[in-house]
Amino acid sequence: MAEYTLKVRRYQPESGEGPYWEEFEVDLDPSLSVLDGILQAKDRDDGSLSVRCSCRAAICGSCGVKINGSSTLACKTQLGEAHETANRRNGGGEPIVVEPMGNMPVIKDLIVDMESTHWTKIRRVTPWLLPHGEPPEREYVVEPESMIDITQSMACIQCGACVSSCLSMEVDPEFIGPAALAKAYRFVGDPRDAETKERLHDLAEDPHGIYDCTHCFNCIDACPKGVAPMDQIMRLRRKAGEHGIDDPHNGHNHETAFVKIIEKKGTLDEALLQQESYAPGVKGKVKPTKSAIKGLLGSIPTVLRAIKTGKARSLPKLIPGVHPKLPDGAQDEVQAIYKHAEEHREEFNIYIKGEEDVEPEPDEKETV
Amino acid sequence: MKLAYWPGCVSRGFTAELHGSMEFVAERLGIELVTLDRANCCGAGVIAEHNQELADTLNARTFALAQQTGLAMMNICSTCQGAQSECQQRLDADSAYRAHINEVLSGQGLSYEKGKGGWTNKNFLWVLVEDYGLDKLSDKVVRPLSGLRVGPFYGCYVVRPKDRLGYDEFPDRDLYLEQVIEVLGGEVVEYDGARKCCGFPVITMNRDTSLRQAGTHVGDALDAGADCLVTPCPLCHLNLDMQQPEAAKVVNRDLGLAVLHLPQLVGLALGAEPKQLGMNRHIASTGWVEERLSSLTAA
Repeated sequence: MAEYTLKVRRYQPESGEGPYWEEFEVDLDPSLSVLDGILQAKDRDDGSLSVRCSCRAAICGSCGVKINGSSTLACKTQLGEAHETANRRNGGGEPIVVEPMGNMPVIKDLIVDMESTHWTKIRRVTPWLLPHGEPPEREYVVEPESMIDITQSMACIQCGACVSSCLSMEVDPEFIGPAALAKAYRFVGDPRDAETKERLHDLAEDPHGIYDCTHCFNCIDACPKGVAPMDQIMRLRRKAGEHGIDDPHNGHNHETAFVKIIEKKGTLDEALLQQESYAPGVKGKVKPTKSAIKGLLGSIPTVLRAIKTGKARSLPKLIPGVHPKLPDGAQDEVQAIYKHAEEHREEFNIYIKGEEDVEPEPDEKETV
Repeated sequence: MKLAYWPGCVSRGFTAELHGSMEFVAERLGIELVTLDRANCCGAGVIAEHNQELADTLNARTFALAQQTGLAMMNICSTCQGAQSECQQRLDADSAYRAHINEVLSGQGLSYEKGKGGWTNKNFLWVLVEDYGLDKLSDKVVRPLSGLRVGPFYGCYVVRPKDRLGYDEFPDRDLYLEQVIEVLGGEVVEYDGARKCCGFPVITMNRDTSLRQAGTHVGDALDAGADCLVTPCPLCHLNLDMQQPEAAKVVNRDLGLAVLHLPQLVGLALGAEPKQLGMNRHIASTGWVEERLSSLTAA
């Protein structure tokens, strides 16, 4: 047994008061969960302390909360470990901080409104199969191998921890978000679905769609099931690129430009990336779109300031394409890798393939 | 100490002052840098988004070039660290996949070997704490930054995902900036944004989301009383410093907070003048930091 302090962010709407913090002392084994701690406080100190929970074994996905600022399941976090995290910086005396999940309205104490945010976004991506033709007499038959690719996105238990942790959603509440986009990949990657291209168009063209993710990895760390929603979003972008989908947000242009620049120069030509992201091939090939002109004009003040301080006063920084190639044949080596990659696009997914066992240490007896 | 050095792209482009100050600091610390001038861009996650195998091969080439020098590798960009660690994790996970990638490199006389002689690729922040050592750094400080209130800003790619970035072996990697600030004599400012996203990756796709992130973090640090921010990531620097006046418009408030690259903060404590570290090239004025420092020198 050990004693822990839980500092819980409380909110009781019927009181008419705003949210407040309350500390509870609990007395449990360090291997027990923060959820056990919350339930002990509820049992001993205040029956009105509200939390959603059911299975207590990280299966049902009901008890999503923030513990010491990180979104997770209360039943999957041990008290001992949470206490250690809370005291990493100050060496002791800090309580375990428990808050309701982020990016969703709080209903009461640790209970958030999943409907208005999480479930609405999930429905947004048409989370069911859209096959073509007459349904078969019995089930759809697919090769088991063809389903392996989507097993990672299928592992989602809809707990909302990724939504709670999403830093894009924090500033853009309309972002479709990690859970729904991971769910979208589950259908985009399903061999039975016939609307793959339409789905990708929809998700790429939505101003709050796949190009709104900032690669912050928060959802990957938050997910208790290894779904890695951000990786699924990157796969949606890859698929959208493979289908040649041109979005109005410069997402595909930016990606294509970046990849091409490294092929040509080996390192990044920032001026060229800027130009090509907004207006690819301005040299007479493509007419810049309205959003491209707006983007380019919008970047002028930043460029002028950079010229003024000397940050961008050299030609390679100002004129697209002046940036040098890698020296002494190194650029040819990079291009040889690109040549190979034209035919090779292997996607090595550790979630599916697993990591090889670490080679065994040499037997001590043998080394003696 | 001698290291294979990958400066990255942005540190020689729009944040050239980073590469310059790193070279200055390395010399003062007695770290010899062997620049990998044949190495290529890490892909910043964007190449992997396009073709994962291409990104893995390009980074395997960089690792192989570093291993050829017989030295451990150091980078000075959180994004390089993250993108390279991602590829390295896949390469290290499976010998058949590694052999497949090495086949492409073999034509160039290159090969990436997993764990070759304990080979590592670390950001300068990790090198400073884990290999150089904070005690040794402390001995080198000639101008303690006493009273300078510094907000750490890590950059997502050096803090997440935890299972990829060596947190099993080094669980405090997301506290190193605080440790370094303290060793240099500065005061750590606690604020909400230290481990959040600067927004840079979506600056061309969703300018509002991007600048709102940058503006919010800079504003939070100011509200917490920071004199400056410090970051080991030049891409974060682009959004927090270069775009700061634009971010101020999006969040609709006055900002104006100096953002230092990690080697600049170290350089100041090692006695360098702000101009030697290229601080005059920043967009957000570093004048206040300089004023604080000169009052220290006078005191």
